[in-house]
Amino acid sequence: MTIETRTSIVWDYAPAPESADHIRLEDRYGLFVNGQFREPRDGRYFPTINPATEEPIAEVAYGGPEDVTAAVEAARAAFPKWGALGDLERAKYLFRIARLIQERSRELAVVETLDGGKPLRESRDVDIPLAAAHFFHYAGWADKLLYGVNAREVRPLGVVGQVVPWNFPLLMAAWKLAPALACGNVAILKPAETTPLTALLLAEICQEAELPPGVVTILPGDGSTGAGLVRAPGVDKVAFTGSTAVGRDIQAALAGTNTHLTLELGGKSANIVFEDAALDQAVEGIVNGIFFNQGHVCCAGSRLLIQESVRDEVIAKLWQRMGRLRVGDPMDKNTDVGAINSAEQLERIEVLVAAGEEEGATRRSIACELPKRGYWFAPTLFTDVSPAHRIAVEEIFGPVVSVLTFRTQAEAIEKANNSRYGLAAGIWTDKGSKAFEVASALKAGVVWQNTYNHFDPTAAFGGYKESGFGREGGPAGLRPYLEVVR
Amino acid sequence: MIRRLPHVDRVGIEERAAQLGKRSIKTTAKQQGIRLAVSMVDLTTLEGADTPGKVRHLCAKGVCPAPTMPEIPSVAAICVYPQLVATAKEALNGTGVKTASVATGFPAGQVSLEAKLRDTDDAVNAGADEIDMVISREAFLAGDDTRVQQEILAVKERCGDAHLKVILETAELGSYDHVRHASMLAMEAGADFIKTSTGKASSGATPGVCLVMLEAIRDYAERTGRIVGFKAAGGVSTSKAALHRLVLVKETLGDEWLTPDRIRIGASSVLNDLLMQYAKTETGRYGRAEDFSKE
Repeated sequence: MTIETRTSIVWDYAPAPESADHIRLEDRYGLFVNGQFREPRDGRYFPTINPATEEPIAEVAYGGPEDVTAAVEAARAAFPKWGALGDLERAKYLFRIARLIQERSRELAVVETLDGGKPLRESRDVDIPLAAAHFFHYAGWADKLLYGVNAREVRPLGVVGQVVPWNFPLLMAAWKLAPALACGNVAILKPAETTPLTALLLAEICQEAELPPGVVTILPGDGSTGAGLVRAPGVDKVAFTGSTAVGRDIQAALAGTNTHLTLELGGKSANIVFEDAALDQAVEGIVNGIFFNQGHVCCAGSRLLIQESVRDEVIAKLWQRMGRLRVGDPMDKNTDVGAINSAEQLERIEVLVAAGEEEGATRRSIACELPKRGYWFAPTLFTDVSPAHRIAVEEIFGPVVSVLTFRTQAEAIEKANNSRYGLAAGIWTDKGSKAFEVASALKAGVVWQNTYNHFDPTAAFGGYKESGFGREGGPAGLRPYLEVVR
Repeated sequence: MIRRLPHVDRVGIEERAAQLGKRSIKTTAKQQGIRLAVSMVDLTTLEGADTPGKVRHLCAKGVCPAPTMPEIPSVAAICVYPQLVATAKEALNGTGVKTASVATGFPAGQVSLEAKLRDTDDAVNAGADEIDMVISREAFLAGDDTRVQQEILAVKERCGDAHLKVILETAELGSYDHVRHASMLAMEAGADFIKTSTGKASSGATPGVCLVMLEAIRDYAERTGRIVGFKAAGGVSTSKAALHRLVLVKETLGDEWLTPDRIRIGASSVLNDLLMQYAKTETGRYGRAEDFSKE
C-alpha cells in the first residue's frame, strides 16, 4: 500500500499487575475445627509458597492423625442438629456463604492466584464467580431435595470426608461442600497441600456466615492427612477429586466398609475437530481446552484429534494462535498462561515431554521469555504422535497438547474411546446431526459441542472408566450425598 | 457460481471478541493506544446538511485535533460525500491527511451500476484519495455473488490510483457466515480495505463482526500474500471501544498491522472522547465535553 505512514507508534500493553495491597493474610493459619481456628495437636506447620516467585506466603497447620480424630468427633457432634435443621434454614446459610464469596471475590481471586499460580484473569472471571454460583445453586436445592432425586423421603448420610486437588482450590471446595451441606451432611474438607489458603479464607467466611460449629471443618495437610481422613471411623461418605492412583487406593481401602464413595479422577480427553467445523473457533476451543489453567485441568482436551483433510490448516492456525499467548506473571491482568503449580508438577510435565521426544513425536514450544524464578513451562504442541505414545495415553496435566489425526467419523469415535479414561470430550462440527451422533457414541462423562472447558453449576460433571464415578453439579450432584429412604 | 459458505460459530466468535475486550490497557499503553487510534481515524461527516463551511471546520480539526496537546497526531482522512470532496481536498492540501469520499449510491447502493460508476468518477475527478463504496446487499442476499464481485471490479477500475474501501454493511447481511463470505468476495475483487458499515444501519462495527473480518483478512493474506486493510465504522464512539478494536487487530493480525495504512476507524464522535481520555492520562482529571471543539 502506498499511503505513507506519518506517525509510527509502537503499541504494547503496559504491565497491568493487580494490586495485592488489599489482602490481609495471617502469617500463620490453624486448622478450622468446631468453628474455630486451632493449633494442630503436634504443633506442625508447613509453608505455602507462591509458585510464580517461590516466595513463602504463609504457614499453615498440618493436620495429623490426632487432628483427624478430633475433627471427626466435632463433626459427628454437629451432625444431629444440622441434619435435623429445616431445609430453608440450611439454604439460608448457603445463600449467605455464596454472597460472602461474592463480597470478598477480589480478595479470593488474588489469593487464589498468589497461592496457585493461575492467571488472575481466570481466578477473577472463572474460579471465584463459579464457586459462588455453586453455593447459590445448591442453596436453591436445599428445600427441593425430593424433586432433585425423585424420591418421597431422603436422609443425609452424616459426616462426609472430602479431599480436593490444587488446580481449582476454592472452586473444588465449593463443588464438594455446597451439595453436601444442602443435603444436610456435615463436611470435613482437606485442601491440597500446595494451595490451602482460599479454603482457609472460606473457613473465615463460614464464621462470618455464623455457620454452626462443626458443620464445616477445614483440615489442611498432605497426602497422609487425606489418607487418614478417608479411612477414619465415623466418616460415612468420601468424595475425592485427584489422581487415579490415589483414587484406586481409596477405593481399595473402603472396599467392604459401609462408607459411600465418589471419585473424580484423571483424564486424557479427546477434542475432536471435524473438517466441517468453524476452524477459527475450533482453534480457540483447542487453546481453551489445553492451556486454560496451564493445562492443570482434569478434563483438559489434551488429545487433539484432527480430521486429516484439515490437519495442516488447523495446526498452522493453532501454532500461530499459541504464539499470541501471554505467558508470565499470573498477577498481570493480561496474562493468559501463568505458573506451574509446584516443582513436583513441573518435573512430572518435563518427564512426560522428554518421553514424547524420545518416542519420536515432534515437539514445538512457543518462544516466550519465562521468569527466572518460579515454575514455568512454555505452551507446547506435539505433532507426529502415535496413539501408542505415552504422551497420547498418559495424563500430563500441563500445557502440552498431543495431535493425532483421523480419516472418518467412525475412526474418530474409535480413537476417542480408545483410552482408559473417560472424563470429557469436545466435538467441533457445524453439522448438528453429526455432533449428536458422535456425542452419544463417546464414552465420556462430559461432551462439549463447539466449546470446551465450560462449567456450570447446573450441569453434571463426572467420569467413566478410570476417570471415576459419581456426578457433581446439578440435581445429579445431590444423589451422592443422600440416602433414599423410599 | 456455487456459493460455499464458510463456517463461523456465533457463540465462539463473540466469546473471543468479548474476552479480548478485557485486556487491561493502562498508563503508557493507554496513551500510546489513544495516539495510535487518533492517527487511524477517518473523521466523517455524512449529513444532508453538510456545507463547505462545516467541511472546512472538520478538516482543520482533523489536521490538528488538539492544539494544546501537540503530541496528538493528525487523523488519517476526512470522509465526505462526493459533492464536498473538492472543498476537503483544498482544505487538506499539503497536510498529509487524505480525502476520502463515499460513493456508489451510499448508503443503500440501490441505484444502477452506471449511476454507481458516475458517482465514483465524480469523487475521483474531484481529487478523492480514497473511495468508500457499498456492496449491493440486494444482490448478495439474493445469492448473486457474481454481480457483487463484478460491481466491485468495475468500481475498482474507475478508482485509478485512489484506494478502494468496500463497505459490507454487516448489519444487513444477517449472519457471521455471510460477513466472512462477503469479506472474501470483496478481497478477491480487489478491495484495498474492507469496511464494516455505513454508519446508517441499526448496528455497526461490533466486536464480533470486526473479529470475523480480521480473521478473513489474515487468512486471505496468508493464502495470497496480498495485504488488505480493515476499517471499523459505526458504533465505535468511545475510547474504550476504539482500543478494544485495536486489541482485536493486535491479537489477530499482529503488531505490524497497527498502522493507519492498514487500519482505520470511521467515526465522528470518537475523536473527542479519545482526546478527553488522553487529557485525563496527562492531568489525572476527567475533562468536560466542552474542553474540545466539536469540529
